Amino acid sequence: MKKTIYSILLASLGICWSCNDDAFLDRKPTNILTEQQVWSSPDQALSVLGDLYNRYVDLGTVKNWTAISDFNEAFWSEAGQYGNFQNTGWDYGAWGAWDYGYIRDLNLFIQKCNNATALDAASKERFLAEARFLRASYYFELVKRMGGVPLILEPLTYDFSGDPTYLRNPRAKESEVYDFILKESDDIKDKLPSSTSEKSRATKGAVLAMASRAALYAASIARYGTNTPVVTLSGGEVGIPSSLATGYYNKALGYAQDLISGKAGAYSLYNKKPDLSENFASIFYDKANNPEVIFVEDFKLQSGKTHNFTVVNQPRYGAEEEEGGRINPSLNFVQAFEKLDNTYAPLPTTNSDGTPVYYSGISDIFAGRDARLAGTVILPGSKFKGRAVDIWAGYQLADGSIISGTDRGAQKVLPGKTLAEQVVGFDGPIDGFEFTAQTGFYLRKYLDPAVGSGQRGVQSEVWFVRYRFGEVLLNAAEAAFELGQKDLSAQYMNSLRARAGLTKALTANDISFDRIAHERRVELAFEGHTLYDMKRWRIAHLIQDGNSISPTELNAELDKATKRNTQPYSLWPYRIYAPNTANHDKWIFKVVKLTRVTGADRFLMGNYYSRIGDDIISNNPKIVRNPNQ
Amino acid sequence: MKILKYFVVLAGLLLVACSKDNYVAPSITLKGRIVYGGEPLNLEYSQVGMQLWEPGWGKLAPIDVTVSQEGTFSSLLFAGKYKLIIPKGQGPFMTKAQQGSSSDTLYVDLKDNQNIDIEVTPYYLIRNAKFANEAGVVSTTFDLSKVITDANAKSIERVSLYINKTQFVAGSTNIAATNLSGANVTNLTGIKMSVNVPTINPDQNYVYARVGLKIAGVEDMIFSPIQKIQYK
Repeated sequence: MKKTIYSILLASLGICWSCNDDAFLDRKPTNILTEQQVWSSPDQALSVLGDLYNRYVDLGTVKNWTAISDFNEAFWSEAGQYGNFQNTGWDYGAWGAWDYGYIRDLNLFIQKCNNATALDAASKERFLAEARFLRASYYFELVKRMGGVPLILEPLTYDFSGDPTYLRNPRAKESEVYDFILKESDDIKDKLPSSTSEKSRATKGAVLAMASRAALYAASIARYGTNTPVVTLSGGEVGIPSSLATGYYNKALGYAQDLISGKAGAYSLYNKKPDLSENFASIFYDKANNPEVIFVEDFKLQSGKTHNFTVVNQPRYGAEEEEGGRINPSLNFVQAFEKLDNTYAPLPTTNSDGTPVYYSGISDIFAGRDARLAGTVILPGSKFKGRAVDIWAGYQLADGSIISGTDRGAQKVLPGKTLAEQVVGFDGPIDGFEFTAQTGFYLRKYLDPAVGSGQRGVQSEVWFVRYRFGEVLLNAAEAAFELGQKDLSAQYMNSLRARAGLTKALTANDISFDRIAHERRVELAFEGHTLYDMKRWRIAHLIQDGNSISPTELNAELDKATKRNTQPYSLWPYRIYAPNTANHDKWIFKVVKLTRVTGADRFLMGNYYSRIGDDIISNNPKIVRNPNQ
Repeated sequence: MKILKYFVVLAGLLLVACSKDNYVAPSITLKGRIVYGGEPLNLEYSQVGMQLWEPGWGKLAPIDVTVSQEGTFSSLLFAGKYKLIIPKGQGPFMTKAQQGSSSDTLYVDLKDNQNIDIEVTPYYLIRNAKFANEAGVVSTTFDLSKVITDANAKSIERVSLYINKTQFVAGSTNIAATNLSGANVTNLTGIKMSVNVPTINPDQNYVYARVGLKIAGVEDMIFSPIQKIQYK
């Protein structure tokens, strides 16, 4: 029986045959598009471009909460990050970038798009301009971090001769890279749409904003580079001659004015909400007809492209996950916000005789400050998603002793009472307790008020703003100041400051370098500007000088751009418990240095430009090293 | 019995280590000091770096050598021909051209343990630093000597007196410091400074002190020798 079955099977095998091998074996791939297919229609080409957009590089972004809040503008309330406040600075390789694979893909796109025959002229021109914008953006990113880099504008091809040395290119001068960015901007700006509703693709507005920022960076490196003569290379790969400063400042002002005057569409400051702090916070999450935002990285719920910034930074009390509260803005940063009459003052915690100042409300101490403070920082006594944050460090008794707990919302029995009650906030601050507001503050910028944004499974679709109108105004103000046009500078500054609720307009005489640096610090905080601003003004080594900060020094010279900022400080609210006295239930504040903060950051001369890896230099000995490393 | 057998086999397996895939560890010590006139320079811990290059291999990468507070360094290496360089901008001194060349690269032919002193010219030196302690105050008297006085001379940015709980005493590691800005240094000899000793927790009856000098436009500071100060 078995034999019969086998023989039938064997026989049937013999009968089976296949035909038309070519059609069977030579199949079209179903998982990749061929080059011909890609360039056959604008839709396909756009999806390739979409990938290139996705690879755009930012240093600080909502996708990287530490990079966006570095340099002691905040303490990082996560156990694994405390080491960053115990070391003394940054590696020479920090902030390095060298992705020539991305540049090659951009160059290939430009080459192939140029040769494409099936695309209509209009989409072809736009795609080319967009790819060139992305390439200029990445060269901008490289030159900010590394100084001059090899300018590769064609896809390099290896001829397989066994000798690839002809592919080695030396570094361009730093100024040449900036010139390239500005030249590309001039070429492409009119080939892109002037549309204020297009935020995530390149527009004329985005090009002008990038060009004004790039020209400003080049200008300030030229002007302030003279303060640090050691941060130069003889070949000009690092450092720009000071004679070029005025030219770059003029360009920066020109590009900014083009944008401000509406040549790229009707951009304006966001001014939709009557509550100025809420208004400021809304710039970063209001995606409906936002007139201020120029170019963003956009996110969308349920599309696979979301981010967890709200998850990791939401106020811990009532959070939608058992985490949050990582970025704690420092007191140093909070104190930098001016009073409404344009004066600088530390937050008053003690009277001149050393006694504490008593406040009847926990948020009274912050009253009368720049509205951007409450728009950027979640202060004690404020709300997020309709729920009040619970930030207070404990009770202080009449004799000065403290009753507090070591767990969120810990309970203890107060003297004269019988029942235990809460003696510390559910949001802390508790020294060394991660995810609580250890500095007494949480970050508000970018926090998404939508329900579910704090859940890991949902996350947030708040966009990351790369260029916005507010920054362009500041670029214009800085360039105008450096060119000696203080009136114009004051005018730009005032339009921005009026939005922040500052009541007194600045006059031309008020404008100084310190003023402008300060304005950028508070307006553009946590937007990825801190490092580059410190670098281009050549003041990073003065701000981060490796010396620790004393409490008296913390309150001094708040108006100085070079004020030391090597360690984050905290401000802890305490509630007075002294029944039947005048101060019962009032609030006092204490300036605290957390025990986890032991190091003081030092920015070395070798940190001004990131280290180029030895592997890169081995492969291409034409690359010169960055200075002081 | 069977278990014992397996155990013996297992133990035997563990005993067999293969020496073939183990590289020989570097075993030759290159030691030395950064000196001026035979005296080592006092620097900040782990801030002045040198590089050792060994040409002849496929990919080039330097071996970093850091200089200690007392101006000494040491590195465990393989035998070979090395180039020792002090990168530009490192150290509060100017390097000297090596004999018979215009460059400051030092060629080290390392065959056996070797001791080298690298002669450099510091911009300034701190001399005769004397420390005294009375009732919670560390005071010091010292002289400065300006070594480089030609076109390369640099001015003093500030002079600092540092004290610390441990013997690592510098700008980044101190419990108290006082600064004297360069503008206030009129006479280079007999400079007096003092600093209050803060409460130390846990308590200890000594501190380490030294004086540092920051040269304008030079990142690294130069120091006086570290002094342990006992009190009570």
